[in-house]
Amino acid sequence: MAIKIQIKNFNLWYTDFLALKNINIAIEEKRITAMIGPSGCGKSTLLRAINRINDTIEGVRTEGDIIISGKSVYDSRADVEVLRRNVGMVFQRPNPFPISIYENVAFGLKVNRIESKKSLIDETVEESLKSVLLWDDIKHKLKKSALELTLEQQQRLCIARVIAVKSQIILLDEPCSSLDPVATQRIEELMLQLKDKYTIVIVTHNMQQAARVSADTAFMLLGDLIEFDKTEKIFTNPAKKETNDYVSGRFG
Amino acid sequence: MKRKIIDTIIEKIIFFCGILAIVFVTLIFGFLLKEGFAFFKEYGVISFIAGKLWYPTSDPAQFGILSMIVGSLLVTAGACVIAVPIGIMAALYISEIAPKGVRDVLKSFIELMAAVPSVVIGFVGMVTLVPLVRTIFDLPTGLTAFSGSIMLAFMAMPTIVTISEDAIRSVPWSYKEGALALGATKWQTIRRIVLKAAMPGIIAAVMLGIGRVVGETMAVMMITGNAAHIPSSIFEPVRTMTATIAAEMGETVRGGMHYRALFAIGLVLFIITFIVNFIADLFLGKSKK
Repeated sequence: MAIKIQIKNFNLWYTDFLALKNINIAIEEKRITAMIGPSGCGKSTLLRAINRINDTIEGVRTEGDIIISGKSVYDSRADVEVLRRNVGMVFQRPNPFPISIYENVAFGLKVNRIESKKSLIDETVEESLKSVLLWDDIKHKLKKSALELTLEQQQRLCIARVIAVKSQIILLDEPCSSLDPVATQRIEELMLQLKDKYTIVIVTHNMQQAARVSADTAFMLLGDLIEFDKTEKIFTNPAKKETNDYVSGRFG
Repeated sequence: MKRKIIDTIIEKIIFFCGILAIVFVTLIFGFLLKEGFAFFKEYGVISFIAGKLWYPTSDPAQFGILSMIVGSLLVTAGACVIAVPIGIMAALYISEIAPKGVRDVLKSFIELMAAVPSVVIGFVGMVTLVPLVRTIFDLPTGLTAFSGSIMLAFMAMPTIVTISEDAIRSVPWSYKEGALALGATKWQTIRRIVLKAAMPGIIAAVMLGIGRVVGETMAVMMITGNAAHIPSSIFEPVRTMTATIAAEMGETVRGGMHYRALFAIGLVLFIITFIVNFIADLFLGKSKK
């Protein structure tokens, strides 16, 4: 299978604190890759390095590179807006914009000037909402504020927003941590449906979730990548002692 | 026992102070109503508000305040046209773009601007702006509605900037992050998300700014020329409602028609500022939700 995201000798500092230490991972396309590890291990930071959303935080410095589809992400000539459009991100807390449901999905199309014709935007909005299984519930209230939706619906909307701009990669930063178990299960089902079309990277606190949805799992600890392998191997027969201790619940 | 007594006493004092504020406002309003209505009964509301002539000491006296209403509105509108865009842009710059050091300095300067007494603003305007307006636009006098608008814009700006800045800053970071993560540029994020989310607060800021401008007296009295006629352009002298009250109250006979007419003007002003503040409150409440 083809490599979609190649992280090479990647280091990241928050001012003087080295948060990621020489990370090397090759993430394959059209699969779900999970990143697990205890709080502060750097898994979210690594995820946020892939679409360079870390750039918005003061004092962040990086070294090394990330290659997506053969193109350098950290090259000085790289276009950050194009990168972020191709690499969508869903955050820990659903963050729909305080505008209508329709406008939330259309936002990415408008700012990236992907579509300008109303009929085409309508079509993409409908398709995107259908692919996150939200369309039937909300098609009659597209003009309502997105903040009126339930948390689960809001998170689906955030995923639809990413799908609408035709991202190839979806980064999910603990997407279920503010949802109840039933909603969590339904979002997981959605991820499994989406993996045939998208390369999905998910950061999760919840080891069972990683085991349920992902094909590959990376285990991180204190800024180091300890182990990266097939999910089954990580959870049943890890190569490193730290991994074993973590997945068996001895710490974390 | 002793603690309980102290507690009750302090509670009573706080209650008294709170009530006192309400009592004062009610008394002032009652007084305005009493004198104002006495005037309306004798002169008529329509001929007061729509009357074009203000000759309070002629015989028979004329008490038409249309020219002053137009004057106040013109100066206020002019001040808004200047202060609103500049104020909102400044608020955006301070909260979104300026580096931290610059931001702190700018913020304290703008807050300092609010502390300049209006008579000083009026005085500075009179000696600097008024001659400048006269020469630039080649007018017979620089004491115009336009000069007043500029100086009032200065006075409204601190209110507009600080309250808009608070509103913009309280837009959750997650909105901005979400917009940037979808490929929006910084400016697109500001225009399409940040400004929209902060809009109720910004409207409230503008309303409070307007409230300050409508009620301002000293500066406008000094630089708008005080001619009680309906202006045909912003480059003519005007007289505002506030300036009329301030200028003429000393010359009236207590309890006379002229005296009561000035109270009636006060009542009209009170109603205008009340409406403006009410709208501001409405939007402030909305932005807090």
